[in-house]
Amino acid sequence: MAIVSLKGIDKVYTKGRETVEVLEGIDLEIDEGDFVALMGPSGSGKTTLLNLIGGIDQPTRGSVVVGGQQLVGLSSNKLAKWRSENIGFIFQSYNLLPVLTAQRNVALPLLLTKLSAAQRRRRTEVALQIVGLEDRAKHKPGELSGGQQQRVAIARAIVADPAVLICDEPTGDLDRDTANEILDLLEILNKDYGKTIIMVTHDPKAASHAHHILELDKGQLVKQVA
Amino acid sequence: MNKFSLIWSNLFRRKVRTFLILFSVLVAFLLFALLRTVAGAFEVGIDFAGVDRLNVSPKYSIIDPLPITHLNEIDRLEGVASITHQTWFGGTYQGLNNFFPKFPVNPRAYFAMYSEFEISDVHLEAFANSRTGAVVPESMARQYDWQVGDRIPIEGDIWLMADGGKLWEFDLVGTYTTGGEAGLSSAFLFNYDYFDEARVEQTQGLVGWFTVKVANPDEAAALAAEIDALFENSMNPTRSATEAEFTRQFASQVGDIGLMMNGILSAVFFTILLLTANTMMQTFRERIPELAVLKTVGFTDVAVSLLIMSESILLCALGGALGIGLAILVSDAIGPQVEAFFGTFRLSTATIGTGMAIAVLLGIVVGLFPALSANRLQIVDALRK
Repeated sequence: MAIVSLKGIDKVYTKGRETVEVLEGIDLEIDEGDFVALMGPSGSGKTTLLNLIGGIDQPTRGSVVVGGQQLVGLSSNKLAKWRSENIGFIFQSYNLLPVLTAQRNVALPLLLTKLSAAQRRRRTEVALQIVGLEDRAKHKPGELSGGQQQRVAIARAIVADPAVLICDEPTGDLDRDTANEILDLLEILNKDYGKTIIMVTHDPKAASHAHHILELDKGQLVKQVA
Repeated sequence: MNKFSLIWSNLFRRKVRTFLILFSVLVAFLLFALLRTVAGAFEVGIDFAGVDRLNVSPKYSIIDPLPITHLNEIDRLEGVASITHQTWFGGTYQGLNNFFPKFPVNPRAYFAMYSEFEISDVHLEAFANSRTGAVVPESMARQYDWQVGDRIPIEGDIWLMADGGKLWEFDLVGTYTTGGEAGLSSAFLFNYDYFDEARVEQTQGLVGWFTVKVANPDEAAALAAEIDALFENSMNPTRSATEAEFTRQFASQVGDIGLMMNGILSAVFFTILLLTANTMMQTFRERIPELAVLKTVGFTDVAVSLLIMSESILLCALGGALGIGLAILVSDAIGPQVEAFFGTFRLSTATIGTGMAIAVLLGIVVGLFPALSANRLQIVDALRK
């Protein structure tokens, strides 16, 4: 059953008088529990496609349905609430708040819920245990290695138990061994916890962890590999 | 973690910068609270002054004395309930630093006129019956550690003794209370009869000004005009006004205190506004990607704006509270030293309340632009930064 369904997606950016067509006529379905890698050269529209699926950008034309929710036309506030419940984001540069400890960074999305402080603490502990960083809970990002920071970011992405994880080059800033650890962790989240993962990557080795590979070029889906 | 701890953590992300800004805001509100208290102390004198009392002073200059013979002529006028007189003695007690007003008065008439001052019958009788007797406010006695029975030397600078000596000696025979609102009337009082007899003969029979209680306050202005008309063509013409008006005129000789204070405070707050606004904007620019992350994980535009606004208000309110708190400590410390001049020198509830309201308002103004910018922030654009 498709958890992500994109139909007739166009995305056009306007810079002054110039218009740039980033995505053109994209039709795509991703099943629940799938692990999909989005590949393609720079400027092919991978991140833009990811942003549309994650509800942080809107298409110029077309329909984006994720988890049964049509995202096109939703207000900014409704999209924010929807994201907090349904999507976990993992970025290349981790994007942790430097003033907060690992534990507090992970707890951030839970501030938007009605959970009690004790429930929030418990969930945060569990998320940190899943990524193997429970002993680093009190450390700030600056005191952690790149791999550890990305694990914290993954814990933050899963703490609200979203169905879909959006990963934008999650191993792009990491060495090979650390990257493998992160990819293994994503596989565990996919297999053991049933998360649907959509990952943008340039790295074929990283993409090999996915069930499907989609290739984009000049804003169009050019190849789908199982 | 809760939202407050998120705000608190962000506020102190650059500790040195935050502490410098906090210190600037603290100093501004310390100044505000102390200057408002000074201005308020002048206003207390005006508020306290009676509208049923007239002040009859020399027409041209308050340093020209009036003959005491005016007293009987005024007392005979219809509408005068009672009358007394005071004289500015000047003088110093153990150096120029120990300033307090000193007035030779008629003991019974003075305390009958100023019924708001409380003195025990025993102390009043002792004052009236002691030639060199003096009474002081309790706060003044505490400040200088005087006890009843002490001999207090005052060095005269305006009024010399008949033998040319400058040293006047008084025996403290009692104390009185002023309710803490006495303003300039809170004074070292001594017996006019002794003062008049002991001073240089040529200056005998002169007083500084008269205080007249009017039978009907509605006719105070008419009575004032009648008194001035009575002495219009004499050697010593007078200028009469209600005590409130006189106090206002006296205060205005020092300058328009309120205007001066407001001018200083406006400049201070404008500077703080620019300084703090610049810092908040700088903080906002540094955190654009982080704010985008907050929006990405589900914080709404309004929630992110409120976080920024709360930081700004917290910064200013914290600085304001620290400044006002320090002002309370300062006023408690120096209050007793200046009480003889100001009557009272304590931060009023109104000053504290106004100060905190200004601090919150400052926080809102300072945080407005960064908060609006945060509200308009587009996630996709911001993440690219």
